[in-house]
Amino acid sequence: MIEFPILTMLVLVPVIGSVLVALISKRYPDLVKVTALVTSVLTAGMSIWLLAAFKTNNADFQFASQHEWIKAWGISWHLGVDGISIFLVVLTGVLFPLVIVGIDPHHDHKRYLSWMLLLEAGVMGSFISLDLFLFFVFFEIVLVPMYFLIGGWGYDNRVYAATKFFLFTMIGSAFMLVGIIATAVLAKADNGHVTFDLIKIAENASFAASTGRWLFFAFAIAFAVKVPLFPLHTWLPDAHTQAPTGGSVILAGVLLKMGTYGLLRFGVFLFPEAAVWARPLFLTLAVAGIIWGAIAATMQTDLKRLVAYSSVAHLGFIVLGTFALTATAITGGVMQMVNHGISTGALFILVGMIYDRRHTREISKLRGLQKVAPIFAAVFTVVMLSSIGVPGLNGFVGEFMVLIGSFGTARWWVVVATTGVILAALYLLWAYQRVFHGEPDEDNKSFAELKWKEGMLLLPFIGLIVFCGLYPKPMIDRIQPSVDKLLQHVSQHSDFKVPAPAEPVISNGGEG
Amino acid sequence: MGALLAADTLHGPKVDWFALTPLIILLGGAMVLLLVAALTPAWPKRAYALFTVAVGSAAAVMSFILWDRINHQGAKTLVGDAMWLDKPGVWIAITVCIGVVMAALLTDDYLRREGIDGPELYVLYLLAALGAIVMASANDLIVLFLGLEILSLALYVMAASHRKRADSQESGLKYFILGGFSSAFLLYGIALIYGSSGSTNLGKIESYFRLNPILDHSKETLALAGVALLIVGLAFKVAAVPFHFWSPDVYEGAPTPVTAFMASVGKAAAFAAMLRVLLQGLPHWAQDYRPAIWTIAVLTLVGGSVMAVVQTNVKRMLAFSSISHAGYLLVGVEAAAHNAGNGLSSTGVSSVLMYLLVYTVLVGGTFAVVTAVGRTGDGATDLAGFRGLGRSKPALALGMTVLLLAQAGVPLTSGFVAKFGVIGDAVRVHSYAIAIIAMVSAVIAAFLYLRIMISMWIAEPEAGDDAREAVRVPALLCVAITLSVGFTLAIGFFPDWLIHAAP
Repeated sequence: MIEFPILTMLVLVPVIGSVLVALISKRYPDLVKVTALVTSVLTAGMSIWLLAAFKTNNADFQFASQHEWIKAWGISWHLGVDGISIFLVVLTGVLFPLVIVGIDPHHDHKRYLSWMLLLEAGVMGSFISLDLFLFFVFFEIVLVPMYFLIGGWGYDNRVYAATKFFLFTMIGSAFMLVGIIATAVLAKADNGHVTFDLIKIAENASFAASTGRWLFFAFAIAFAVKVPLFPLHTWLPDAHTQAPTGGSVILAGVLLKMGTYGLLRFGVFLFPEAAVWARPLFLTLAVAGIIWGAIAATMQTDLKRLVAYSSVAHLGFIVLGTFALTATAITGGVMQMVNHGISTGALFILVGMIYDRRHTREISKLRGLQKVAPIFAAVFTVVMLSSIGVPGLNGFVGEFMVLIGSFGTARWWVVVATTGVILAALYLLWAYQRVFHGEPDEDNKSFAELKWKEGMLLLPFIGLIVFCGLYPKPMIDRIQPSVDKLLQHVSQHSDFKVPAPAEPVISNGGEG
Repeated sequence: MGALLAADTLHGPKVDWFALTPLIILLGGAMVLLLVAALTPAWPKRAYALFTVAVGSAAAVMSFILWDRINHQGAKTLVGDAMWLDKPGVWIAITVCIGVVMAALLTDDYLRREGIDGPELYVLYLLAALGAIVMASANDLIVLFLGLEILSLALYVMAASHRKRADSQESGLKYFILGGFSSAFLLYGIALIYGSSGSTNLGKIESYFRLNPILDHSKETLALAGVALLIVGLAFKVAAVPFHFWSPDVYEGAPTPVTAFMASVGKAAAFAAMLRVLLQGLPHWAQDYRPAIWTIAVLTLVGGSVMAVVQTNVKRMLAFSSISHAGYLLVGVEAAAHNAGNGLSSTGVSSVLMYLLVYTVLVGGTFAVVTAVGRTGDGATDLAGFRGLGRSKPALALGMTVLLLAQAGVPLTSGFVAKFGVIGDAVRVHSYAIAIIAMVSAVIAAFLYLRIMISMWIAEPEAGDDAREAVRVPALLCVAITLSVGFTLAIGFFPDWLIHAAP
């Protein structure tokens, strides 16, 4: 019997949905919405089924499927998930239907939904590709729907932001494409034939140190732009601020993770020697991003821009964890990818709601919202605390694991990075204070309370924030084996000695 | 007198007529169209265009048959060693035929819309195609020049063929003067090569330089100057920077379907000729001309994309984009120059040929949309003309978006496959720098395609937009766009067979 090609379907279903939505006539707006919803919910269902069927304590790629695609160039349709990617797949699967059903783009629903579904397919594909070429295809194709989403449904300065987003990311990909081809061509000597297969190259290829480092940088530039790593982050605040709420949620929730995920999968895994060699640089940039992002966030007058800069800081933690190269730190980094997707996604939704009500995001124009909308303020508080990393909520687990895991191998960087945690409390609490505390003035008095529909949209986010904060063990159990395997691969292929994992920290991490 | 007296002892070369059928069909079609149309009253609507499509298709079919024959019997030279019957040549012949078909589909309604309907332009398409194929299959510099002139003269007239637009006249004149200039360079180069090697036959030139690796000083100077002039002449034809000055003006002024033809067929023939001259005739000099090609390629890539950014007229934008595509093709040529000793089986040749085919289809579709958007008078080709196309003609705008994304090299389109091919070959011969420059300039060029897309989809409507003439997409134009978009996506998703087929 042929196994159900679940991973292929994860990509295909949204594509089919996108095409259907594009083909349905504008005269049936409800049918358009239902189609989009059904396909995205179906994808979400499949991704959750995938998680349920995922074998814990198995470090290998599961559900792998491989078919020849472009034989002449040694390219295959090779998909698979492991502990590092599984939660990103689920996050993608879950986030999209929420965005599709919960956030109103205000005009042109048909085209909006069509692009949204195409975006989902692209993001999904990037997380499950095990072929360099295939990964590049997905990584690059994502730009197109996102470009149109920002450009078509964004705010005043959307054309500038969309173009900047497209060109910045594309310039990173330009280097990566050359890197990918060079990797495949140079690995030919070890593989016997030209192949773009990630696993084959990672396991067989033995690049000379200098070659590997060049190739690593070709990849790393693309990911550093995508993450975005300081100082390549300047596209992000613009893109985030100008994007429609749905676009921002997806951008922060999953799109940026393509960068951090890429660094792990196509940086550290593919070029362990070079990654070890480049550690100091990336650790420094990560920490610089944490501090810079936090300082810049403090200075913002626009609430959405503030959240955008906070993303720069949070992603700095993930990169820090990645290049600390210990099991705890990387596991924490992967968890932080998911957690950041949940909490920042929710923050963007909340900021979007504020904008819909007040038509401004200027912090100085908002005041005393707590008085008129206490439930809204309560939800905002939970999400904000999760973003700050308060124990008991999801943000804490990842951040704490990153810091504690990195301490052994990257001590002084951790010392500096920890101040970033304090700064996060500073900018978020200060913003909260200005927006929610005090007496509402005339404009803010009519601020509407959280509606039922909005509450239902936010409920899953709150649920995940609390659940992952209190009981992260199921996640850790699934992530860690793959991380261990990755680190084993690193120590085999470089002179880096991975320290033994600090067990007690992991088992108690959540409750702390 | 002596030569005349000896005429009875002179034997003409044996001619394999069957191998020349694509050329004969094109010539015959042109003659029929020219004579019959002159003697009969105006043909019914679309008849000229459909006749041209039929002739182009027939020539393409014959080319396929020849392709099969080469598969069985191998490549060989024709007409006394003057021409090649080989896969690259036939590949370009097919490409040219596709270009003719696309151009004819574009031209049909265009001529009626502009009120200048008649068979002349179609005749010129067929003759130009003939020249292009001769040029691409030439094994002799004189034959190559002959093909080039047949092609170029037809193109000059075509560019000026819109009698009611002064721009078109200007375009034709400009093209004629600068084109003549470049032909002179080429001819001078041929003369110098002849002077140093004693032959105009590419095979003989190659063997002369191979067998006499150490030339005396004067001959070496002569040969190097010849190589340089040949490169300049051909670089003019492909519009490589810094020999590109004619192309934006000519592209902008020429009737839009003619621009499509120029960009596709003209480029394909010129690049095929360049490959023949450099790899089949002058591989001995590869070490000398490779840096020149490298420099021209980089200038073309960067220049084409950077200058495109500041344009506001879509036809001019596409002219610069066509320049940057030429840069990509030159990347392939540069890669091939690394192992020039292999002639046309060098790494890089097949990806250049594939690029040309893909680009021909792509550019045909893109200019088909521009033809439609140009509206009566062929004047509304600035960005404003595209404003709001996404609202008024969503399907057309979507087609254009696919084609533009393909030109930008976004994955899952044929444009990406083409770019991947040349970049892959550049990397394979370790030309990393040029590969990276090419990719980065693709990003700059992407900005120009984004601007067109912004106009179509995002730009706010302005006062007076509704008063514009509505964009019409007549049947044949629609066919051209559909074919082009279909091919672009099909190759994007399933490129395997094309990669296998490319010689």
